[in-house]
Formats: sequence, structure tokens, C-alpha cells
Amino acid sequence: MNFSCGRGAMSITSSSAAWKPADAVADQFPAGLRVLVVDDDPTCLMILEKMLRTCLYEVTKCNRAETALSILRENKNGFDVVISDVHMPDMDGFKLLEHIGLEMDLPVIMMSADDGKHVVMKGVTHGACDYLIKPVRIEALKNIWQHVVRKRKNEWKEFEQSGSVEEGDRQLKQSEDADYSSSANEGNWRGSKKRKDDEEETDERDDTSTLKKPRVVWSVELHQQFVAAVNQLGIDKAVPKKILEMMNVPGLTRENVASHLQKYRLYLRRLSGVSQHQSNLNPPFISPQGATFGPLSSLNGLDLQALAATGQLPTQSLARLQAAGLGRPTAKSSIPMTLVDQRNTFSFENPKLRFGGQQQQHMNNKQQINLLHGIPTNMEPKQLDNLQHSGQSIGNMNMQVASHGAQNNQNNSLLMQMGQPQSRGQVLGDTTVSQSPGHPSSMGQPILSNGMAANFASRNGIPENIGGPSYNTVSQASSTLNLPLNFPMNHASELPGNSFPLESTPGISSFSSKGVFQDVSSEIKGSVGFMLGYDIFNDLNQHKTQSWELQNVGMTFDAPQHSSSLQDDLHIMQSVSVQQGSTVQMNGHNRSAAIASKAMFSAGDIKEHGNAQNVNQHLNNLVDNARRVKSERIYDTSPANLFPDHFGQEDLMSALLKQQDGIGPTENEFDFDG
Amino acid sequence: MERNPLRRQLQMMRKSFFDQGYLDDQFVQLEELQDEANPNFVEEVVTLYYRDSSRLILSIEQALERKPFDFNKLDAYMHQFKGSSSSIGAKKVKAESTLFREYCKSGNKEGCMRCFQQLKKEYATLRKKLEAYFQLARQAGPMETACRPK
Repeated sequence: MNFSCGRGAMSITSSSAAWKPADAVADQFPAGLRVLVVDDDPTCLMILEKMLRTCLYEVTKCNRAETALSILRENKNGFDVVISDVHMPDMDGFKLLEHIGLEMDLPVIMMSADDGKHVVMKGVTHGACDYLIKPVRIEALKNIWQHVVRKRKNEWKEFEQSGSVEEGDRQLKQSEDADYSSSANEGNWRGSKKRKDDEEETDERDDTSTLKKPRVVWSVELHQQFVAAVNQLGIDKAVPKKILEMMNVPGLTRENVASHLQKYRLYLRRLSGVSQHQSNLNPPFISPQGATFGPLSSLNGLDLQALAATGQLPTQSLARLQAAGLGRPTAKSSIPMTLVDQRNTFSFENPKLRFGGQQQQHMNNKQQINLLHGIPTNMEPKQLDNLQHSGQSIGNMNMQVASHGAQNNQNNSLLMQMGQPQSRGQVLGDTTVSQSPGHPSSMGQPILSNGMAANFASRNGIPENIGGPSYNTVSQASSTLNLPLNFPMNHASELPGNSFPLESTPGISSFSSKGVFQDVSSEIKGSVGFMLGYDIFNDLNQHKTQSWELQNVGMTFDAPQHSSSLQDDLHIMQSVSVQQGSTVQMNGHNRSAAIASKAMFSAGDIKEHGNAQNVNQHLNNLVDNARRVKSERIYDTSPANLFPDHFGQEDLMSALLKQQDGIGPTENEFDFDG
Repeated sequence: MERNPLRRQLQMMRKSFFDQGYLDDQFVQLEELQDEANPNFVEEVVTLYYRDSSRLILSIEQALERKPFDFNKLDAYMHQFKGSSSSIGAKKVKAESTLFREYCKSGNKEGCMRCFQQLKKEYATLRKKLEAYFQLARQAGPMETACRPK
């Protein structure tokens, strides 16, 4: 492929690194895009192959999901996008989607002759970045490159974001605008694909120039060095500072490492989330119930509240959340962290970043917190109106959450509340999202909120369904969410909420935007973006009410609801979350710790079928669990505003409490399989 | 040229497929994919379709005879079949597939069986027509097959 490149034609316009996307596009990219097509129908496969070749893509086809996976595993970087059928004999397409998200983090496009809403929603919740209805027309395939670009952008953005705490506003703004924006400017992205975004991004980026920092390209070698350093130090002890020292790469800053570490943790979490899926995912959320919840709750609460308040998270909020979830600077930090840190982080009192500990994160969080600070206020009022700010709030929420000390428990409550049936699911998704970023450590924590927040946000404006069915898928997908959100756990650093090193935020953010939660009714499965709480939720899964499979948390953000920006975010989040979600598998596994970030997803796990309430409840539960926050707190604050008593709070509480126990030792959960 | 009449005939035949509802726009998509590199692309795809779907038809037939009637399974088969058929633009066959699935969903065994018979008819009819079409196309020369709808 020649994306990168240079396109001479690209008009590398004046803006610094921003190429005018149009030119870039016109250039050679997307020619050469490496596509893997999976479909058991030979006729369709043949047609697709021909179509893709006509689009000048490099096509590899296979008729079995297993084959596809092994091909992908063998050529980790050999493909840019995967197109898969939903119904296949050897493996369900959604399952494949999850795997890919988890292991390779590639954009996956689902396809089917089935155009039923539920199935499409499932795609969303599982993190598919698009869904094509058969028979597929060539026009539909011509633009699939956008997903690749988008994803890259988001990833870069995450990196960037984590590194630069710049104003939350900026981030929010950025996140909303574009996933692309960050990448565009940055320069060397992994693929020139990013250039595509350039159009908007550049604009955006210019605005956010202040935010932009010189981008660090995490090349394979660099990443390997990083991983080696991390492994040497021990995943738990790997702090950016030390890693940086070990890596000894000139020009690399601690922040770069920190943000990369966040991401990495999310990734690990995701992976382990998947494996741990069964195991106790009890997301650390449970822990929050206790004291930790306090701080987290605030954070989460914020999200939740925000979500709850807004009930209809304005797209903005969602966008924020998404951003947050996506790891946008704003959101990212807060969300993952909160959850992670359940144990400690929950207590806002000590902002230790449980979440993810890293000091970096802490730092990041802090910074982010600032961002949130501004926002939380909105949330507090339990008016999700604030959420309306949209994604922002979510992001904020996360941040806030992250800033443990900063926010009040209310936030948590909010989050929790949000989880509640609030408007069914909308917010949920959102909330969780927001949460994670802050506290990675609180794995179980606020993730829910994030997700919830997300939900809320989404609810607000978002078509509920998005949340709903997506959740389910999310749950499945959410497993991936279990991204290493947990990482924060190691470091109890105080992540002031902001520091949600939610790497998984991506997913989280998606939650928010996704109204996914909204559909709580359908299945909050993890999609709720409870990335944070994946684990937590998993553990929480015990809730009989609804099996929140947080797994999908965050994944399914179907952000259709909101505004386009959100959508984008969601989209990304989706993809992101997908990955994360899958790991997250919040089925109440203990991953809750990891759940922190997952928590967000946990919401997703909550497979509620059918009622938003359940979802909410779950979310709450999850959140609670994750957070160990006083459950009362959570519920209390919100009930009034946020969540009507739809949920059997008691049930939730008890569930949560139960979870808590499970979640308790969240710390261990974070054993990143990394 | 001697091709002309053949070409004309080919075009008329092709047009009738669309007019009579045997084929839909997806078929055109296939035609558009045909190029120098794959001059017989459409024919190859259709051949592959018939080969692969005959397997499905057989499975469905067997399932229809089984007791108890497994609607879910039938629906699953038909879903696959529908996907294939729609990808080559087999309009009538696709419509029958949809109907069949409706019957499955409502648990109407009789409906399923009747519908399936109809489906098989349409399936066979289309096959004959397309075979004749491709044969004529071969006679008329490669250009013909690449005709685009007006």
C-alpha cells in the first residue's frame, strides 16, 4: 500500500503536517489497502474479492474464521482491515470480531444478508466498525479505507492524548472533532492512512495545536524495547520513569512512555480479560463499594450523574465520552483509571491513582482532572444536562472521576446512577466510558460510570437502541475492553480522576457516545462501555438480573445517536471497544480490577436483555463493585435524579456487594497477561 | 457483422431477464466487474453459485423431510442460500427465499414446503436461462458479455 506516502500529490498543504485529506485521498491511498475477507459462501467470496481488487486493494480471502485468525496471527501487521460475514459455520462472525479486536486491533467490517436491526446492533456493540448488508455493492467497499484511517487516528490520538494533558477542553474538542485530528498533525503515524483525516483534522489540529505535542511514533522496535523494559520491571512495577530509563531512547519523554503504557495496559487487560473472562472478573467495581468508591464515585458519579442528568447526553457529551473512552485525552484518562483503582482509587480522598498507577497516569490524570474539573460541576448537579456537553462531560466525568479527590462521591453516584436505568441505557454507556479514564486502578470502578455516562449521554439523544443491542454485543466484545485498563491498578498513584489511563478509553468513549447503554434493555452487555468495569462487571455478573457482560463494554457504542461527532467517536470507540470489550468480559469476573477501565465496559456486560433498568442496575452494580464505593453513595446520589427506582437498587446493591467481595482482590486481577 | 445479430439477440435476452424480474441490479454489478483480466467473470460466478447452492438445496430438501421439522435449521440454510442468490442478482429466487424464511419464522410447514417447490422451479428456470445466455455470449464474442445495461 502506499498510503503513506507521500503522496506527492498530497497537498501537504500549508498546515504543518496536515495534508489536505482530499489530496491525500486522491493520492494513492487507499490503493493497496490490505484486506482480509472471510466468508463461507464461495460465491460471495469470489465477488467480494473481485470487487476489492477493482478498488485496488490487496485482497486475501478465506472461507473459515479459524483460518482467518491464524492468517492474522501469523501476519500481525499484514492487514489493514478485515471484512467478515456474520454467519459462518465454524465460528460466529461476532466472535471472530472480538478476537480480532483483542488480538490485532484491526478494524473489522461485518457483512450479512441479514439486515435486522438487532444483528446490526450486535455488530456495533461488538465493535465492528461497519456493517454491510448483502448483496454488497462495490460502492460500499470503496470507502472501507476510512475505517482504517479512523482507527489509526484514534490510536494516535490516544497516545497523544495521554501524553498531553492539555486542557481538557481541548481534548474534548478534539475528541469530538476528530479522531483524526490528532493524528493528522502528528506526523508519523503508523500509516500514512492517517493522512486521510487530514481534512478535518488539520483544521482541528490547528486549533489544538497547543495540545499537540511532537508525536512519538511507536515503531515496532520501539515498542519492543518498551515491552522488554516493562517485562523486566514487572508489569506491576513498570512505571513510566523507570521504563524510560531502561529504554534509554533519546527524545522519548516520560509522558510518551506513560501514555503508551496506558495503552499497553489496556491491551493487556483486554487480553487477560478475555482469558479471565471466566474467571473472576469481578471487576474492581465491587470494591468501590467501599471506601474507594468515594472518590471514584465522584468521578464516576460525575459521569453518571452527568449522564443521568442529561439523560440525554447530548451528543456532545457522548462525544466527550467517546473521546474519553477513546482515549482522547479527556476521556481517556479518567475512565480507565477509575475503575482500575477501585481499591484505592475509589476513595477519592486519596487520589492515588489506583488506576493505573503510574505516576504518569497520575500526572496525566491530574491534568486531565483539571479538565474535568470544569466539567464535573455540571455533572454534579446531576443534571445530565451537563452531559450534554456531550462527550465532554463524559470526558470530564472521567476526569473527574479520576481526580479522585476532586470530585465528590456524587460523581460516583452519578455514575452509578447512570448505570441505573436512567433512561435506559443511554447514559450507561456513556458513563462508563468516562470513568475509566481516570482511574485505571479502579478497575471495577467507575468504569461503569463511564459506560454509564456514556449511556446517559447516549441516552440523551441517542437512540436507545444503540445502546441496547449493542450492549450485548458489546459484552461480547467488551471482553476486549478489558483492556489493560487495569493497569492502573498497580499504581495507586493518585490519579486524580484524570489519570484514567484508560487505554481502553477508546472503548470507553465509545460507550458514552453510544447510546448503547441506552438500550439497556437490550443488553447492556458490556457494551456499555464499561470498559472499566469489565472485570468488575464480570464479577458482578453474578447479578442474576442481568448478565452484564461487560465484555462488550464499550464496544458497542453505537453512537448513532448522537451527533456525528459522537458517532465518529463511537465508531472508533466501537472499534476500540471492541477490542477492549472482548477482553473485558466483564462478566463479573474479577477482572474488575482491570475493570477499571473495563468498568466502562462492564456496563456493556450487563447483558441486559431487555431492560435498561437492568443495565443500569448492572452498571451500578458494576460500578459499585468496581468501586467498592459505598454503594449507598452511589445510589443515593443518583436516585433522585438519575435513576429512578427502576432498578432494584437493593438488588443492585446486593449484587454489588457480592461482587465486591469478589472484586476485592482486584489487584490481583490486573495481572496483565500482557 | 455477423456478431451484430447475435449481439442484439444477446442484449434482448439480457433485457428480458431484467424486465421479467429474473435478475436485478446486482447482476449488473457483476457485469461491471468483468474486465480484461476476467473476461468471463459473470459466467464463472454464476457457475460457482449453482454449484455451491445445489448443495444447500439438497440440505434443505433433506431437512424438509426430517421429523421433527427443524425450522431454525431450515431458516439458517435459507439465510445462506438467500445470501448467495442475492449476490448474483437472482431476484425471483431471492424473493422465494425470503418467503420461505417467513414461513419458517411463523412455523408454517406447509408454507415452507410449497414455497420451496416454487423456489426450486425459479432456481432451475434461471439456471437454464443463464446457461443459454452465456452460451450465446460466447458465440457472440467476449464483447457481448460485457454489455452494460443501457
